[in-house]
Amino acid sequence: MQHYSGFGLLKHSFSHHENWQRVWRNPTPKKKYDVIIVGGGGHGLATAYYLAKEFGVTNVAVIEKGFLGGGNTARNTTIVRSNYLWDEAAHLYEHAMKLWEGLSQDLNYNVMFSQRGCLNLGHTLQDMRDIERRVNANRLNGIDGEVLDAQQVQEIVPVLDCSDRARYPVMGASWQPRAGVARHDAVAWGFARGADAHGVDLIQQTEVQDLIIEDGTVVGVRTAQYGEIRADRVGCVVAGNSSVLAKMGGFELPLESHPLQALVSEPIKPILDTVVMSNHVHGYASQSDKGDLVIGAGIDGYNGYGQRGSYSTIEHTIQAVLEMFPVFSRVRMNRQWGGIVDTCPDACPIISETPVKNLFFNCGWGTGGFKATPGSGHVFAASLAKGEMHELAKPFSMFRFHNGALVDEHGAAGVAH
Amino acid sequence: MTSSSHTHGSQQSNRLQDGGRIDRSKTLTFTYNGKQYKGYAGDTLASALLANGVDIVGRSFKYSRPRGIVAAGAEEPNAIMQVGATEATQIPNVRATQQSLYDGLVAGTTNGWPSVETDLMEYVGKVGGKMMPPGFYYKTFMFPQSMWETYETYIRKAAGLGRAPKERDPDSYDKMNQHCDVMIVGAGPAGLAAALTAALAGARVIIADEQSEFGGSLLSSTETLDGKPASEWVTDVVKELATFDDVMMLPNSQVNGYHDHNFLTIQQHCTDQFADRAPNGQVAQRLHRVRAKWVILATGAHERPLVFGNNDVPGCMVANAVSTYINRYGVVPGNDLVLMTSNDNAYRTALDWHDAGRNVVAIVDSRKNPQGTLVDAARERGITIMVGSGVIDVQGGKRVTGVSIAPLNDAGDEVAGSIVKMKADTVASSGGWSPVIHLSCHTGARPVWNDDILGFTPGATVQKQLTAGAINGSFSTAQALLEGLSAAQDAVQLLGLTEVEVALPVTEEITESKAMALFHIPHTKPTAKAPKQFVDYQNDVTAAGIELACREGFESIEHVKRYTAMGFGTDQGKLGNINGMAIAAKTLNQTIPQTGTTIFRPNYTPVTFGAIAGRDCGALFDPERYTAMHSWHVEHGAKFEDVGLWKRPWYYPKANETMQDALNRECVATRESVGILDASTLGKIDIQGKDAREFLGRVYSNAWAKLPIGKCRYGLMCGEDGMVFDDGVTSCLGENHFLMTTTSGGAAHVLEWLEIYHQTEWPELEVYFTTVTDHWATMTISGPNSRKLLEKITDGDVSKDSMGFMDWKTMKVAGIPARVFRISFTGELSFEINVQANYGLHVWKALFEHGEEFNLTPYGTETMHILRAEKGFIIAGQDTDGSVHPFDLGLSWAVAMKKPFSFIGKRGMQREDCVRPDRKQLVGLKTIDPKVVLPEGAQGVLDPNAPIPMPMVGHVTSSYWSANLNRSIAMGFVKGGLEKMGEKVFYPLADGRVIEAEICNPVFLDPKGERQHV
Amino acid sequence: MFHIYCPHCCEYREEEEFHASGQAHIPRPLDPDACTDQEWGEYMYFRKNPRGIHHELWVHAAGCRKFFNITRDTQTYEIKEVYKIGEQPSVVANSDQ
Repeated sequence: MQHYSGFGLLKHSFSHHENWQRVWRNPTPKKKYDVIIVGGGGHGLATAYYLAKEFGVTNVAVIEKGFLGGGNTARNTTIVRSNYLWDEAAHLYEHAMKLWEGLSQDLNYNVMFSQRGCLNLGHTLQDMRDIERRVNANRLNGIDGEVLDAQQVQEIVPVLDCSDRARYPVMGASWQPRAGVARHDAVAWGFARGADAHGVDLIQQTEVQDLIIEDGTVVGVRTAQYGEIRADRVGCVVAGNSSVLAKMGGFELPLESHPLQALVSEPIKPILDTVVMSNHVHGYASQSDKGDLVIGAGIDGYNGYGQRGSYSTIEHTIQAVLEMFPVFSRVRMNRQWGGIVDTCPDACPIISETPVKNLFFNCGWGTGGFKATPGSGHVFAASLAKGEMHELAKPFSMFRFHNGALVDEHGAAGVAH
Repeated sequence: MTSSSHTHGSQQSNRLQDGGRIDRSKTLTFTYNGKQYKGYAGDTLASALLANGVDIVGRSFKYSRPRGIVAAGAEEPNAIMQVGATEATQIPNVRATQQSLYDGLVAGTTNGWPSVETDLMEYVGKVGGKMMPPGFYYKTFMFPQSMWETYETYIRKAAGLGRAPKERDPDSYDKMNQHCDVMIVGAGPAGLAAALTAALAGARVIIADEQSEFGGSLLSSTETLDGKPASEWVTDVVKELATFDDVMMLPNSQVNGYHDHNFLTIQQHCTDQFADRAPNGQVAQRLHRVRAKWVILATGAHERPLVFGNNDVPGCMVANAVSTYINRYGVVPGNDLVLMTSNDNAYRTALDWHDAGRNVVAIVDSRKNPQGTLVDAARERGITIMVGSGVIDVQGGKRVTGVSIAPLNDAGDEVAGSIVKMKADTVASSGGWSPVIHLSCHTGARPVWNDDILGFTPGATVQKQLTAGAINGSFSTAQALLEGLSAAQDAVQLLGLTEVEVALPVTEEITESKAMALFHIPHTKPTAKAPKQFVDYQNDVTAAGIELACREGFESIEHVKRYTAMGFGTDQGKLGNINGMAIAAKTLNQTIPQTGTTIFRPNYTPVTFGAIAGRDCGALFDPERYTAMHSWHVEHGAKFEDVGLWKRPWYYPKANETMQDALNRECVATRESVGILDASTLGKIDIQGKDAREFLGRVYSNAWAKLPIGKCRYGLMCGEDGMVFDDGVTSCLGENHFLMTTTSGGAAHVLEWLEIYHQTEWPELEVYFTTVTDHWATMTISGPNSRKLLEKITDGDVSKDSMGFMDWKTMKVAGIPARVFRISFTGELSFEINVQANYGLHVWKALFEHGEEFNLTPYGTETMHILRAEKGFIIAGQDTDGSVHPFDLGLSWAVAMKKPFSFIGKRGMQREDCVRPDRKQLVGLKTIDPKVVLPEGAQGVLDPNAPIPMPMVGHVTSSYWSANLNRSIAMGFVKGGLEKMGEKVFYPLADGRVIEAEICNPVFLDPKGERQHV
Repeated sequence: MFHIYCPHCCEYREEEEFHASGQAHIPRPLDPDACTDQEWGEYMYFRKNPRGIHHELWVHAAGCRKFFNITRDTQTYEIKEVYKIGEQPSVVANSDQ
């Protein structure tokens, strides 16, 4: 793999940048692999990378129906944080956070992970109780965070309206300084480049049409271009399309695929240095290095694979953002888009064995998968390498929906006397 | 550089003496970069700047190269301005080509230091630019790890265009919901013909156009219709359309989004096109939300510039834009023009330039043998035409000074002869036209490449959508008119209306020869070494950059776009994308359709956040719900708490009281005498029908079969998973009649819950649900003197014997018919008085009139929380979080496992994980030091010295200072807590303290419940 | 944004008046107590979630408060039909025929 550095850029500038190597090959698939990963998004590529690099499994193919990193990786709002409530989730996301710290160096690819901090605002007494509860749990789990009052929030984000004029005035927030954002495309490309360098075949524009299952065991996949490609183990990391793949395996998942929309403003000069999220007014915002305000909110209520949602969701999102940041009123929305998020009933992922032997799924990340990309890839790679679920993945078995051991990150849903 | 010596008098050196659609009698003064200029009514900011000879309107994003105006409409990538006369009215990133000029307009460029004319960053760009190929930032800034955020600070400062205001927006914005038969997007020839046709057939029509007046391309054309200037036909049609009541005409209105089921959004500029801020009583912009039966897209086309060396030097423009400035605004943006074209149509620009009295240096046509009406017209004027050639490079820094022209080979991909240099200050170029298909893509349709017109046209759609004119690649006026008419006739027919014959005007007959597929003009050097050839001006994406991206393996057009940032600007690649795709296709040795296109998303052009939010901010962000007694609470100094949509009194501080003082006073007064709570916000659902009782038994965890009329009962509501989600008291009003109460925030959810089970699972049950929350005002008097107080103003018998605990009765209170419930959330003798809401305030005041002798004390939600916690009563949402079932809460008494019907939640709470003995269970917590109040949300551990991560056993859900008990009290979850009475839990806090507490029964006061039974 | 015909109000109304309530035709097991944990979990959580033709439950929340079914293509968002509770869809996915 060609090493990237500032010096390299200088050197290549003398040859007019004509000699850069390809970031990855464009291979024809082999007949058989040790592991096939279906889905070349961030999580799938991270899985392939760690399989090859950490667990020595290099006879691996990633099969992607479109282009690498073209699904939710390309469409998310890039927030990275690990301040989850329940131990199981917190440990998983913190595992990812630790990998984020140093990922650019590990991949020799600048994923622009920028730890500019994340505020989760509280607007009601119950919000503040929930924030206390979560931050306390985080602290005892070794995850950074503090509870701030409105005054402290105002100091961190001068442009936020912390006055009483708001319909739901800001009462405080949780603050995770290590949280931040990263450059989403670069994450996919960095993992892809790293995986390719370790010998992983990245097969793009190839749709898996069926899973080949013999005696209850998966033995490969079927594609239009290349026919059957065999494998000892198959890992599906296809986010919104997980239910479609599961159907090929003959089972259902506890998932619904919903549109999740996001939008950006036109680029403006730096005005918002941190990630600001509010569950109560239902919107969040950060500012990209390019200057765009990156804005998102919740899912649309219906199932949808159309990568678009309803305009009313956009309206509510912008109302929420203006409620938080009234001075953005004259800023303009440049572009909106949608992804397909696979939501789980307990707002936690599924990293799991399935009813089909040697078939594994990593899905159900819902609206928050990006932040877990390296961690998700790492624990899934470990599981695929050994054929046995990684310790951090165990609580996220799909079978928890049978025995009731949910990890309910929804928390209290605004019910109060 | 000012480039004219032809005009005289005014500053407007590039303004023609006559012609155009501007009003020379109305001079407007505006400020640009601190200097005053003049323009005319009818100008855009861009045309006025060009009239005044302003060449540089911005600096490029990456290389800080000087940039000028290149286009005349929505596709303009460079002239992005900061507009606003005051701090509060700043608007970032206004496209000068779309901003009408008004008197007093203040605009400035968004970057360049110390000025846009002399930008020191240009030198950085020149030197460092070589090290900044696409994606360079992925390859560097990695070492040392800790430095990235420092590098990033500088990257951020350099990026961004304009700035947000620092003050609140003084303007307001409206929304309107519109319904129509036919929504026509674009009021050019196709759109106008369609509108007239549909209107004559009696359809309800909305026609919107982004420009300040209708007419589209005809406004800047020298074509004739019926032998008269085309604009006369436009005027006639607009006049005629205005006579129809059912036709809404929206100029200055961009259709920005086309959503599913024919829902479109239009941003109408009401005053912001004409004023810095909206005059009193007017809105700056209005967002129309349109539901159309049929949509006709007549959105036209954007001309593509050609990609050649240094094609970004000010003075390089899109050919048609030059014509527009001449014909519509009477502005000739230079003296010596070179026109570079691959098609006939662009010859019009040379003709217009020539006819304006300026010098056409040459027409450079990439084709070997152009023939046609316009070519002939150029020849007639004696204009030099250099065929089979291309402009390969441009000289000049802040303005074009000359061009290099070279013969090209047949394919147009190699220079095939020696270079000729010519002096010129303006280079107009045309590589053909790209249909404006943006809206057609918004609902997911994939565009289709059309080789005949060298552009993408709209793909198949499931929307009720028709298209007409240039969007289909029908670029001639004649064809546009015809397609407009025929699309409207189709719509009319589909709507079931009767078609009316419409006469179209006679157009000029023009013959044209075939255009050449040319996007990127070759240079003598390979692209990587040639002068920069810009594809996307705003993001500094060059042909070399696209080739490099492809070479590095970014082969999908989406990868190319993302790696180079092509099309990510505020113009969203309207000018550059097709050129970029063509260059990528060539590099990858593919056809353009193989390479494909990226997908356009809303918005077509950027939309003000304020307009999208409309009025729904501040107090209107969510409705505020008040109880009937709200004014009393305000008068008595209550602090309020947001509970759902409700504003509930939180506590009532008296002068100089701290919150804790007030709570102590309220708590003690209630337990010692009597307190009163406004409980109107509790959800109330009236349930009737012969199966109402059966239904209750199914949705509540406890038994309802035997609740007699006149009695009340507490119930827990669980999901199918067995987890508690709401609770409340339900009273039996009659054999088939119940009143259910819910939590204040949960009322709507509970009602929908009841309905879904009734309608989908048990439709055979005869039961009806009606929300009556707002119908009743509810006031709870609680405390040992509550009966005495009530007796003073009721005609009912509320004595212990006649009205026991959990009884309810009708009676008059303060002369008003009331339902009085003897239920208690404080553990005291309590009466909940319900009266018709309009009488609420009257009864409330009457209670106070009679309550003085008992020191009747109003209390809010906080005291309610303390009093109930003293009794160990839960609050759903505070002591539950969707992951606890009744047994976890120690409420096994409220679960009737033996009910014949398997109630909702029963099966769920018996799953393997739900019957674990070490589940987190709700218990009371007594701090060892009674003066210390545990913080709510504190996490408990059994071993405070365990290393991080510490095993946690559960959190504190409710915790208060109890003035009545003179100690702190708390409730919280502890793993296996119900079996751990008397054991210790430790709470390590953020401030370093570790609070020790003992697990206890959560009923802290009156464990036998004697106080409520008096 | 959807334009939905309410079969009870007999009118097209805007999506904002409705709530989607998930997959339609999931009957509550008649004897929950006889269900295994797995069966009960599947009833509560496991869904078809198809890409393509989908039968789903909606409620006219800000209207008549009635629930009804919609057959909708989850890819194109086309509403193929609207039918009342207790009725069966006439448009079904090929794989479900």
